Amino acid sequence: MRLLIVGATSAIAHETAKYFAGEGAQLFLVARNPEKLNAVRDDLKARGAKQVETYVLDLTELEKHQALLDAAATGLGGLDAALIAHGTLGDQQASQKDVAVALRELNTNGISVISLLTLLANYFEGQKKGCIAVITSVAGDRGRKSNYVYGTAKAAVNAYLSGLRNRLFKAGVAVVTLKVGFVDTPMTAGIKKNPLFAQPDTVGKSIYQAMLKGKGVVYIPWFWQFIMLIISNIPETVFKRLNL
Amino acid sequence: MPTKQYQSFGKYPAVHDQEVRSAYWREDLSAQLTDGKSVLAYGYGRSYGDSCLNEGGTLIDMTMLRRLIAFDDQKGILRCEAGTMLAEILEVIIPRGWFLPVTPGTKYVSVGGAIANDVHGKNHHRAGTFGCHVTQFELLRSDGQRLICSPGENKELFRATIGGLGLTGLITWAEFTLKPVKGPYIDRESIRFGTLNEFFQLSAESDKDFEYTVSWIDCLASGTHLGRGIFIRGNHSDKKATRTRHAKPLFGVPVELPFNLVTRLSTQAFNTVNYYRNFKTVARGTDFFDGFFYPLDAVKEWRRVYGKSGLFQYQCVVPYEQSREPIQDILARIARSGQGSFLAVLKSFGKIPSPGMLSFPRPGITLALDFANRGDKTLRLFDELDQIVCASGGAVYPAKDARMTAESFQAYFPNWRDFARYVDPKFSSNFWRRVTPSLQGQSQA
Repeated sequence: MRLLIVGATSAIAHETAKYFAGEGAQLFLVARNPEKLNAVRDDLKARGAKQVETYVLDLTELEKHQALLDAAATGLGGLDAALIAHGTLGDQQASQKDVAVALRELNTNGISVISLLTLLANYFEGQKKGCIAVITSVAGDRGRKSNYVYGTAKAAVNAYLSGLRNRLFKAGVAVVTLKVGFVDTPMTAGIKKNPLFAQPDTVGKSIYQAMLKGKGVVYIPWFWQFIMLIISNIPETVFKRLNL
Repeated sequence: MPTKQYQSFGKYPAVHDQEVRSAYWREDLSAQLTDGKSVLAYGYGRSYGDSCLNEGGTLIDMTMLRRLIAFDDQKGILRCEAGTMLAEILEVIIPRGWFLPVTPGTKYVSVGGAIANDVHGKNHHRAGTFGCHVTQFELLRSDGQRLICSPGENKELFRATIGGLGLTGLITWAEFTLKPVKGPYIDRESIRFGTLNEFFQLSAESDKDFEYTVSWIDCLASGTHLGRGIFIRGNHSDKKATRTRHAKPLFGVPVELPFNLVTRLSTQAFNTVNYYRNFKTVARGTDFFDGFFYPLDAVKEWRRVYGKSGLFQYQCVVPYEQSREPIQDILARIARSGQGSFLAVLKSFGKIPSPGMLSFPRPGITLALDFANRGDKTLRLFDELDQIVCASGGAVYPAKDARMTAESFQAYFPNWRDFARYVDPKFSSNFWRRVTPSLQGQSQA
């Protein structure tokens, strides 16, 4: 298994990677911070990954995405799957006050993901096999006042992936939308924890299994499917009055 | 999932005023040591008493620092971050033919915790403590220094940190040697014995031929049955693995009970059934390592049977020269009191010295018991037991203690002042403040 992981220093991506490492996979890790990237590389090597390469890149530098893909394919001798896990939680209040902040968020969580997906789609379609998995969020199912800028980016990616899944079905390429709920990671360090929070290792395991089975849209943990079913079906006249 | 509680395993003493900071990367650790309050590292909270608590101060949650750094699977050397759980390490090393050199009775402890408490296991008579197998570690002190400590470098800090209860600074990563094994199984024998003297005999015979030895005893048996129990001994089996993932907890105690299930009657009943459960006097089998080393881990949250008030653990060691009488005395007092539980363990320690200054194991017999927290009654029993242990020149294990007096501590560890020189001025714990009142008010903020 030759796997590209974008945003490899994220807690969830690292936990997912541990499962692949345990089977002796070859991994190409991409992240912004070289020290953290090296710490993740060392861990995955120790766990049994056959090969681990690292690549430092800030994913908002869109013009470098092709070079990234080329380096990954060359480094591993081909690609069987890709997991896109980079992103930021953003600051809703700041995004409301300052257009530049809002656009930066949309760029990081939406545009940069779509840019990568465009290139990956063509690559996997060309070889008529593979798996593209992307961590989006339940927040993309419906915008709500506490995080709708984040939600917008995720919603855009969800729609894109849906279309991509449709297009790549004939080519035999799986497109996995990972709609993850609340997870206890450094990204949510500032949020008060509640019983809905999942641990990164259980999320990692679910992602690993979803990728192996080539699933479509997956809610992680499973109960979010039912929560979002309810949330999505609340009439707008009611929803606009809620405090979510 | 419930929010994480930063208490000790026995839930006594209950501590409320602790600030908690989480560390995610080794680079960020120095920043966690700023500002005036005293600090202490916190792993998975498996210490029973108050050695992992820091009331009025700060706890640094090290559990996200659980990355492996390097694994030499030819020589059997592992380096990893201090928050790595032994359970996780086993999942990685067993399929590649290695085992922990020493393991305590639960695998849900961190490497940092294993070093700070200098944990021991069923093979102490052969392998010594965990600290005996540590080759080096990095210690972060409050003045910002990151020191590599080993038997050759910063060796006083090396010896102070092993068994040092987290008081010398933050262990960021550690390296230790592993034990080669052919598979995940243990060839085990269980032998029923009727008296304490039979235990001593079995112990003396078994230590020669068996890597792992331990006894369960019926702590409520008295008179002619005093010290009856089941002796368990085992060696690594040559049998190869058939399953790759090992057992998750089979069942659990889902809710904390408002009352205590462990009473004199229930304990007596359990003990009697357990003693006679093997039809034959000697039973043999091949156990998956999980069941042999970590029987209690199979029952998730087993401590909940003790109810809201929690439990105490009392573990002492009595030197060989004294062994029979003090142990007999202790068992008799416990039987008389009607307190005590079904988790009573007796084992002989070997002669292999640990590098740790405050290391607990020493040549002798160790007895470990759980007690339901019945308040004053239980505390008074412990004071009586302390007197017996002190008089025999033994010691009580700090990792399990919630109440030993300063006097007792200083008698059990006569070199405590030497150790105190290496305590980092910014690090402190409830336990340390309790057992060294004369040192307080000097440097803590």
